[in-house]
Amino acid sequence: MSDIFYTYLLPTAIITGKSLFLIVLLLVSVAFLLLADRKIWAAVQMRRGPNVVGAFGLLQSFADLLKFVLKETIIPSGADKVVFLLAPLVTTVLAISAWVVIPFDNNLVLADINIGVLYILAISSLGVYGIIMGGWASNSKYPFLGALRSAAQMVSYEVSIGFVIITVVLLAGSLNLTDIVNSQSGDLGMLNWYCFGLFPMFVIFFISALAETNRPPFDLPEAESELVAGFMVEYSATPYLMFMLGEYVSIVLMCSFGSILFLGGWLAPFPFLDFIPGFIWFAIKTCLLFFMFAMVKAIVPRYRYDQLMRLGWKVFLPLSLLMVVLTSSYLVLINHFSNNL
Amino acid sequence: MLITNLFFYIFSIITIASACMVIAGKNPVHSVLFLILCFFNAAGIFLILGAEFLALILVIVYVGAVAVLFLFVVMMLDVDFTRLRAGFLAYLPIGGLIGFVMFVELVMVLGTWKLDFNLPTNVLTNELSNTRALGNIIYTEYIYFFQLSGLILLVAMIGAIVLTINHKQTAKRQNIFNQVIRDPKESVKNINVKPGQGI
Repeated sequence: MSDIFYTYLLPTAIITGKSLFLIVLLLVSVAFLLLADRKIWAAVQMRRGPNVVGAFGLLQSFADLLKFVLKETIIPSGADKVVFLLAPLVTTVLAISAWVVIPFDNNLVLADINIGVLYILAISSLGVYGIIMGGWASNSKYPFLGALRSAAQMVSYEVSIGFVIITVVLLAGSLNLTDIVNSQSGDLGMLNWYCFGLFPMFVIFFISALAETNRPPFDLPEAESELVAGFMVEYSATPYLMFMLGEYVSIVLMCSFGSILFLGGWLAPFPFLDFIPGFIWFAIKTCLLFFMFAMVKAIVPRYRYDQLMRLGWKVFLPLSLLMVVLTSSYLVLINHFSNNL
Repeated sequence: MLITNLFFYIFSIITIASACMVIAGKNPVHSVLFLILCFFNAAGIFLILGAEFLALILVIVYVGAVAVLFLFVVMMLDVDFTRLRAGFLAYLPIGGLIGFVMFVELVMVLGTWKLDFNLPTNVLTNELSNTRALGNIIYTEYIYFFQLSGLILLVAMIGAIVLTINHKQTAKRQNIFNQVIRDPKESVKNINVKPGQGI
């Protein structure tokens, strides 16, 4: 009996506890990042932004949470009820579940699996299902059009994100996220990070991440000037909240993924700053990328749909493919692979 | 071992049940959603076998890309299943016959086929990770098959483009290059219009 306890029940309880801690931490930080997003947006437009609830509006997100939860959930009479309610759940659960492989510090990771990069790629490619299911189940034209647009958009930009990741994986020689960060450490400090050597890929990754998470200027699925609110038209109260939550969690995921791939994760930019704990550097880098996301939202106008598709297929795809070829030729030239096998 | 077996049975039961729901479901969109569930659980079985690379590739390629296009097509087509089922009984004898013949052929093929379960063990050592082991044999022993499958995919891709390309001369297209090099000085001019006259 005690055997079963020590081999199965105890590890399960420990993992559950760790996951719950991670989720709570994640949701609280997303609440404040959402506020930061609105504040930055307001500051660019010379407004004050939310400033009523709590000091400087710090508790605004929690007030919004209460409001969304307490309102009535309206389900359209023609909707496919099960799929309609399943869609926001799928979005949120997928967005949160990708976080298990993100290393916050050296060895500070929930699941240190060998193929962490592929896992994140798989989870983010599934995100499209929440949107397409929600759009179809609403049984209405605008949500359906929004869902179709979004499906095409996310599938297109996944291709270039995949090639960007391949170049990083080629240099790092591993699909494990911890190994990828460790391969960026060295005597040169921040000059070893891939964002300098692979600067064009970093730019492509950033723009594709914007498209992948449906952020402005690529927020065509919910383009309010043409499609009211895209796939979210019929959603209200808690399901709507879950869509928003899933969207923001996956935005923060993309920021932290970018900081792992290109900005050296938990590594300090200069060797003399090593005394600061790694997860603080990780948080700073993620926040920096999130700030860039927020600024792009504030200053760039929305793309037209055909221009979006052109950018994905005719500009980013050939560019990233060329970079994959160049990177691997360079690695063969310097005999990078000879000592691996 | 106990837990592994338990998970294997859970995954396989859900796989089979959802596969049955794919063909039994009344709504085609629900069928595709069940197909996705089926793919997922197959990936779970791959994970139990220790083939984590294959499991995630299954999810990325089939669930992330192929099934999305499936869902796309099924949603757009608006298939009316009650009309499709109208002639069900009339077609049952001939359909049943074809199904039976296929089944017998499958049994005959599988019965005479000598399955060799002795895999080349030198590849699947514990020292190499899954991804590396697969790469080692794909790019060395099976390089020609790998290139050939790539070639087949290329042909399919060109075929799809040729089938759908639209060379209408009347279609309006935006030339991005011309758009970007437009000079505001040449394309915008100020006209002082007198009231009541128009341009």
